[in-house]
Amino acid sequence: MLTGTTIVAVSFVYLLLLFAVAYVGDKRADAGRSIIANPTIYALSLAVYCTTWTYYGSVGRAASSGLGFVPIFLGPTLVVALWWFVMLKMVRIGKTNRITSIADFIASRYGKSHLLGGLVTVIAVLGVIPYIALQLKAVSNSFTILNNYPAIVMPAKAGTVPWLADTTLYIALIMAAFTILFGTRHLDATERHEGMVAAVAFESLVKLVIFLAVGLYVTYGIYDGFGDIFSRAAQDAELQPLMLMGAGGNSHGSWFAMTLLSMLAVMFLPRQFQVAVVENVNENHLRRAIWLFPLYLLLINIFVLPIALGGLMLFAGQGVDADTFVLTLPMAYGHGWLALLVFIGGLSAATGMIIVETIALSTMVCNDLVMPLLLRYRWLVLQGQDDLTGVLLGIRRGAIILILLLGYLYFRLAGEAHALVSIGLISFAAVAQFAPAMIGGMYWRGGTRPGALAGLAGGFAVWLYTLLLPSFAKSGWLPGDFLQHGLFGLAELRPQELLGIRGMDPIAHSLFWSLLVNIGAYVCVSLMRRPNAIEAGQAMLFVDVFKQSRPSGGAFWRGSAEVGDLLPLIGRFIGRDRARTAFADYARTRGVAGVEVLKADAGLVHFAETTLAGAIGSASARVMVASVVQEEPLGLDEVMNILDEASQVRAYSKRLEQKSLELEAATRELRSANERLKELDRLKDDFMSSVTHELRTPLTSIRAFSEMLLEDPKIDLADRKRFLGIIVSETERLTRLVNQVLDMAKIESGHAEWHNGEVNLIEVVEQAAASTSQLFKDKGVTLELQLPDAVPVLLADRDRLVQVMLNLLSNAVKFVARDAGRVRVALALTAEGLRVDVHDNGPGLTPEEQLIVFEKFRQGGNTMTDKPQGTGLGLPISRQIVEHYGGRLWVESAAGEGACFSFLMPCGKSTDTDEEAG
Amino acid sequence: MAKKILIADDEQNIVISLEFLMKREGFTVCVANDGQEALDKVRSESPDLVLLDVMMPRKNGYEVCQEIRAEPALQGTRILMLTAKGRETEVTKGLAIGADAYMTKPFSTKELVAKVKSLLDMPA
Repeated sequence: MLTGTTIVAVSFVYLLLLFAVAYVGDKRADAGRSIIANPTIYALSLAVYCTTWTYYGSVGRAASSGLGFVPIFLGPTLVVALWWFVMLKMVRIGKTNRITSIADFIASRYGKSHLLGGLVTVIAVLGVIPYIALQLKAVSNSFTILNNYPAIVMPAKAGTVPWLADTTLYIALIMAAFTILFGTRHLDATERHEGMVAAVAFESLVKLVIFLAVGLYVTYGIYDGFGDIFSRAAQDAELQPLMLMGAGGNSHGSWFAMTLLSMLAVMFLPRQFQVAVVENVNENHLRRAIWLFPLYLLLINIFVLPIALGGLMLFAGQGVDADTFVLTLPMAYGHGWLALLVFIGGLSAATGMIIVETIALSTMVCNDLVMPLLLRYRWLVLQGQDDLTGVLLGIRRGAIILILLLGYLYFRLAGEAHALVSIGLISFAAVAQFAPAMIGGMYWRGGTRPGALAGLAGGFAVWLYTLLLPSFAKSGWLPGDFLQHGLFGLAELRPQELLGIRGMDPIAHSLFWSLLVNIGAYVCVSLMRRPNAIEAGQAMLFVDVFKQSRPSGGAFWRGSAEVGDLLPLIGRFIGRDRARTAFADYARTRGVAGVEVLKADAGLVHFAETTLAGAIGSASARVMVASVVQEEPLGLDEVMNILDEASQVRAYSKRLEQKSLELEAATRELRSANERLKELDRLKDDFMSSVTHELRTPLTSIRAFSEMLLEDPKIDLADRKRFLGIIVSETERLTRLVNQVLDMAKIESGHAEWHNGEVNLIEVVEQAAASTSQLFKDKGVTLELQLPDAVPVLLADRDRLVQVMLNLLSNAVKFVARDAGRVRVALALTAEGLRVDVHDNGPGLTPEEQLIVFEKFRQGGNTMTDKPQGTGLGLPISRQIVEHYGGRLWVESAAGEGACFSFLMPCGKSTDTDEEAG
Repeated sequence: MAKKILIADDEQNIVISLEFLMKREGFTVCVANDGQEALDKVRSESPDLVLLDVMMPRKNGYEVCQEIRAEPALQGTRILMLTAKGRETEVTKGLAIGADAYMTKPFSTKELVAKVKSLLDMPA
């Protein structure tokens, strides 16, 4: 049978089991084999969101408003989709700045402000106390109900039993003891509690399994599945509306408000912040939590409606509180063991919530409320105690007891006025006040400390007035007059119909007004002045947390410090050995041999401050560190300069990128220049090879004939004469070749001498014709000159122009047929200048030949049997000469119709080569 | 009976000197002024040896050499390549495509005669 003793014994066994899990978790963490370094454990620990409120209260809410319980879980499911951005950023900020709580987060963001941290702590404590009261109420009620098994008796109204006879008080004290054991056995610099997280994950699993078990029992054990329950309920005129949207007055507006509220709560409840941000060991764990956590929420809600409907049908008219259906349904069917399991599940949910919540709150109370006060009154410093870890732990333990007792007090005073869900929503609305300062702080650089203070204070005041005080009034603890008539009798100030707005439920009404005031004050007051130095610095650390390659800080600090001062200071708060180990680790990361040789620079001071922040919060840590170092305050200008530097660094890296692109382009140009050089080198090589060939050819004849003449004196006179003739002509050819190669090289390199003077082109043509007349006569070729009477005088080198004419004439005579050849030279003045045409009736040139005749050593006439005499340099040199004076030399020809070589010399303007003359 | 030598070169003066030299050594001589003519003369005159210039119109010495080596009927023909391009690669190329020997211009008349005789298995 279930006696009170059995229930208590089983409860303690279960709590010991939880403690064992936590103990193992801590041991494993110390041994470096963390069991919570696992994304599933992380996701399960997030399910600390589901408290007894979910466990018992969802059914209660479903019994009164049908689907009205859904938004509380819809909100988290929706917001989780954004976690990869928002929560990831919160986690990253938390890690890089060693954030220990949500109060620390906000205080740190707005310039490590004690006032802000304190305000957030007060809001959190006051806001969450009803929530803790709710857990106590649930455990206490379920104990009382179970204790009366097999009878189903609703517990007495809170406050009607004497204080010392109230089981709830003892439950609160047991919870406090348990939390102290869990959370404050030692002081951790990182404020992480691996054992606690492991226990919470375990507890989440337990409550889920048990709730599913009850759900399955009710749905398939008592009834015949979902269909059965719903069809039976549908026949009941009173139950029918519960299965429709909008049942029990849950309007769309209310749905929206609830959803928004729970979206904010799942991120900003102190315990959610604790497990999601402070206890996070690996950012990547978020990936699994993003789908596993919503899945958990879905599972734990599947059976809510069946249980609610089942209970309503079974207990119709018996006055059984719907909040207890989960427990009373198995009891009604005589399943005492299942009811005991349900009680354990509820205890589990309550324990998990209370432990995490009170640890988070006690950290905030210690770091952001008590420590600053102690610091302010110089109590700690004056006392000169060496080891303050005991003091810190004492403060936290006291805070835990105090918070639970406050929770009990609220339960006594106001607990009966509301169902579980309504109490929870009051807490939700309180923590929703953190949203503007938190989200604004992560994404808006303009937020300032006064802005955050004004927003939080305003929102909190509205919450207090529209939600908390009415909850007291309804419980009869405060006179209810102001509820009906408004403060000072002003109807506009009626707490739940502010400015005459009616028709919203109290929660939505409060949320609307408090967030309106909060956001309005935050933004407006922030905009009243520019962020000061420390606000701007912290804003960069928070808003641009992803742009920092590694945890930086210290960039905004300047001054001098001694390792000898910092180490003992940290040691006082976290213990001498821990401090020494931490400093040694830091020394290693800086590549320094030991703690003693550490450079006391901004980085070290930042390290000391963040280490200390882990123990006493960022605001207090700043004050403490400042007490031993000489800080030179940075002005806003300087911080702005540092921020500018950061953007300059970005700009610089952009410039670097550009430079490297330019460099690549330059490299490409160099490469192509090099290719061109190589090509030129190859051309030069070819040229040399050609020259060599042209030199070797006449040398061959000369050597052969000379050797034969030398060896054989008996060669007859005719042959001897012929051979000597050949030797002479080949020597002439050699000479010509050498001259032309030199000439070509000079012209090409720009070293040629140009003896410019007034030149009459008529005379040039006549002189060339006279010089070649013997050639023409020998071959029987006619030469015809068509010259005008007078032409403009050119300023040029007369000999060079004669050279061009001689070349063209000798070429012409070379290629025309013997005795039938005709060459006609025409000189005319055209618009472009003086033009000379040398026309022959030779074989002409193919288009390919027309191109190559101007290349060096590429003579035309390949088809001819006898190789034309010449060096293969005449035309290239002629073209160079003409082009030197800005003219052109070209050929027009059709095969078989002769060729016409022409050149054009510009006239009327003097050449630009005068200075080269001489 | 006298061995027959084909002189293939487009430089008239060189042809004259080689013709005189070879005749003086007792060879029968025929002449070609370009590559195509050289190939035709090899087929029609069946010379024992060709003094083959490389740089010739219509067909260069390499092409002529390759075509001679490709015809089974002409396998007995000895080929002595002469070129004014004395680079190592050109010598190697000439030998690779089947020339029996290679001399660069200007050459020593004595060495040329000795080389011709040795190719024809005659005492120097």
